[in-house]
Amino acid sequence: MLDQAEGYVTADGRKIGGVVMEMKNITLRFGGVEAIKDISFDIREGEIRAIIGPNGAGKSSMLNVISGFYIPQVGQVFYKGAPRPPMKPFEVARQGIARTFQNIALFEGMTVLDNVMTGRLTHMKTGLWGQAIWKGKAEAEETANREVAERIIDFLEIQAIRKTPVARLPYGLKKRVELARALAAEPSLLLLDEPMAGMNVEEKEDMSRFILDVNDEFGTTIALIEHDMGVVMDLSDRVVVMDYGKKIGDGSPDEVRNNQDVIDAYLGVSHD
Amino acid sequence: MVKSPEGANGLVSVPALLHRNAKEFGSAPAYREKEFGIWQSWTWAETLEEVEALALGLIDLGVQPGDHIAVIGRNRPYLYWSMMAAQMAGAIPVPLYQDAAAEEMAYTLDHSGARFVIAGDQEQVDKVIEVQAQLPGFEQMIYLDPRGLRKYDHSKLHQYSHVQDAGRAKRDELAPEMARRIAALDYDSTCVMLYTSGTTGKPKGVVLSNRNVIETSKSSSEFDGLRQSDDILAYLPMAWVGDFIFSVGQALWSGFCTNCPESADTMHVDLREIGPTYYFAPPRVFEGQLTNVMIRMEDAGAFKQKMFHYFMDHARKVGPAILDGKSVGLVDRLKYSLGELMVYGPLKNTLGFSRVRVGYTAGEAIGPEIFDFYRSLGINLKQLYGQTEATVFITAQPDGEVRSDTVGVKCPGVELKIEPNGEVFYRSPGVFVEYYKNAESTADTKDAEGWVATGDAGFIEEDTGHLRIIDRAKDVGQMASGALFAPKYVENKLKFFPNILEAVVFGNGRDECTAFINIDLTAVGNWAERNNIAYASYQELAGHPQVLATITDHVEEVNRSVAEDEMLSGCQVHRFVVLHKELDADDGELTRTRKVRRRIIEEKYADIITALYDGSSEVSTVTEVTYEDGRKGSISATLEIRSAVTSAVAQKMAAE
Repeated sequence: MLDQAEGYVTADGRKIGGVVMEMKNITLRFGGVEAIKDISFDIREGEIRAIIGPNGAGKSSMLNVISGFYIPQVGQVFYKGAPRPPMKPFEVARQGIARTFQNIALFEGMTVLDNVMTGRLTHMKTGLWGQAIWKGKAEAEETANREVAERIIDFLEIQAIRKTPVARLPYGLKKRVELARALAAEPSLLLLDEPMAGMNVEEKEDMSRFILDVNDEFGTTIALIEHDMGVVMDLSDRVVVMDYGKKIGDGSPDEVRNNQDVIDAYLGVSHD
Repeated sequence: MVKSPEGANGLVSVPALLHRNAKEFGSAPAYREKEFGIWQSWTWAETLEEVEALALGLIDLGVQPGDHIAVIGRNRPYLYWSMMAAQMAGAIPVPLYQDAAAEEMAYTLDHSGARFVIAGDQEQVDKVIEVQAQLPGFEQMIYLDPRGLRKYDHSKLHQYSHVQDAGRAKRDELAPEMARRIAALDYDSTCVMLYTSGTTGKPKGVVLSNRNVIETSKSSSEFDGLRQSDDILAYLPMAWVGDFIFSVGQALWSGFCTNCPESADTMHVDLREIGPTYYFAPPRVFEGQLTNVMIRMEDAGAFKQKMFHYFMDHARKVGPAILDGKSVGLVDRLKYSLGELMVYGPLKNTLGFSRVRVGYTAGEAIGPEIFDFYRSLGINLKQLYGQTEATVFITAQPDGEVRSDTVGVKCPGVELKIEPNGEVFYRSPGVFVEYYKNAESTADTKDAEGWVATGDAGFIEEDTGHLRIIDRAKDVGQMASGALFAPKYVENKLKFFPNILEAVVFGNGRDECTAFINIDLTAVGNWAERNNIAYASYQELAGHPQVLATITDHVEEVNRSVAEDEMLSGCQVHRFVVLHKELDADDGELTRTRKVRRRIIEEKYADIITALYDGSSEVSTVTEVTYEDGRKGSISATLEIRSAVTSAVAQKMAAE
């Protein structure tokens, strides 16, 4: 079913489109260490795709390959059908890919609003001079971008901290601000690196809700890495399971849950 | 009561008032709401258009005259319009508490027989869907915020703006029907139905007529000289009668502007931005703000602290007198002006009270020092006494006669009487029509002559005519010695300490009084931080020996003050515990308006009460708690029972 080029329909009736990004036989080495060994999978338009695995399985490395930050030694990444050349981070952003980080990477001294506005950077066209004079086009542009930022602030329910410097916020809210900044770029593909790490149950529930709403409301394709199996199984449409750099499972949450290799990886068996 | 078809100035219904405002103050702002970081505003003329469009849409959906339409959500202009639109369609709006759990909502929705529900967002829609099987009368739901609702089955679900669009499209066709329904409304038709918060038993649906709402709005607006140019901030639950009267009744009568905050969390920022001229808050809000100010002053530099305290001392001395227009010496006045420039002005601005002309507090007793603090700054804070059944107003304090220990004189048109047992009765044009589908309770509460029992015990001061409330009439009891037992009186004194959030005093029919105490996490937590006291949880902080010592001091101080009043000196607290969890409405321990539910607490914590009376020095207990999403868990704790020194007077009396 998953091999069809046209996509599929999820249990809750969402239509998942064609392949947006395809990883073909990816191998990534750091010196002698093989972080990723010959992995292939794809991400389809409109789906929530999870990458899971025990500690050190190579999940974050995989996400960095997807985001273009790491260049695999072997294999090819196809984005929207075309093989992707090595790119600078801003070029990746311009392609419509945004991400959040496992260890929050916000501008701590700036307000929430300013942080979210930085996410709009790729949408700003006026140059340095125009911005400095701030008349006409630059002003209109800022207004338009602020409007997008405000809609996202409203969407993620962080109005109350709009003018609060990020450094003063608790961890759970910082995670949400990071998501807001990523969303401000209006990405077509959103990469989330452990969006729920270190959160309590209530914060996790909120975050899950937001992730589902983002996918539902903006139709954003989401690829996420997560530790918490319960959350992943509830959220995602398809799951890739990694262990020691290898792909040991790929499919719907149910298929993955019943996969013996996955059970072994999580419950622990001796690796020969 | 003479029933006249003519209302005040011929305005007999909410739609009639709205039409008048659209005509007379068409271009003045009627509603504002902060959304996407900007204050959006609607004039009275625009409001009329929006309301009419929705009313037409409702008629198009099949709303019939006399239907109940439940309105659930936070304060938003659209939901206020929903209530007015319901009235234009001949239906009766029933605002419900938005933070109620689904089962609580099921009762009111079923009892009111609401055919239609207008819900604010997905959360409210989900709750109604969850219980809809129990609601035979329910037919259709309209929602405001479409977020997350795209995939829902829309056979019974409509988006607010789409209903309005449908109404606009069929204006020509349906307008005559709407006009006919508005014309059919008279002074005695039902204006709104509001559920009481249910301090005792199930909530009751209080039916208020146009007469109740309009007469009360008119006389209270005149009492305080409310103007068309006034601004209020609507942030208290829409299901509460006060919000309905302030944000709908008085707003329509006076034509002033109702401002809705962006979200519940941004209320304080929005308050500052709007700077309302007419403001209502329950005592706990004023308390919280004062606590915050004091905490922040502790962190200020030495010079600022000194200046703050110097001028605040002066304000306490002369501020209230200046506010009341009494004569104050020139030097004191000049010093007060300087204080206004240096301290009071900036402080009021920070609190959002720069423009407050009329401020009210009610619902609970307010601590004298809190009350005086605000008044000394020049904020005209007053107290009123009222209830849903009276369409709010029973008594209020006129300008110039404001004191912290009374609730004021009777409002225009209100009659008062005190029964021998101390219970306060009133009669007024605002007296409710009936409890919906509950003739028995109606008859219990309201007698044939229209006198209504308040359920509160109090007395009227001979010389001033001010009413003073002691306690709930049913809570006033006797101790084993025969002495008067008025728990609320003592609890209020305890709660006036910033460290104490909530207190429950027991002692009816017993030899001595005991108490449960909840610490205020903000105040105590801050104290702990400043004194380098580490704590991992509320429970740990509440059980900290130093916290217990401080609370013991507070209790003993209250005992001393209670002992001064001969009638109530038996109510001194002998033993108490600091509870390991906050009393919470989700656990049924408080009502949604945060009033203590004594009986439930007595049952739930029976083991602790036993320990308070059997002389043990600690008690182990397991308490069930309900999380916000309705799941249950439990907390176990060992609580230390403390004894407090009671004052000599009481001991002497007890010995006699």
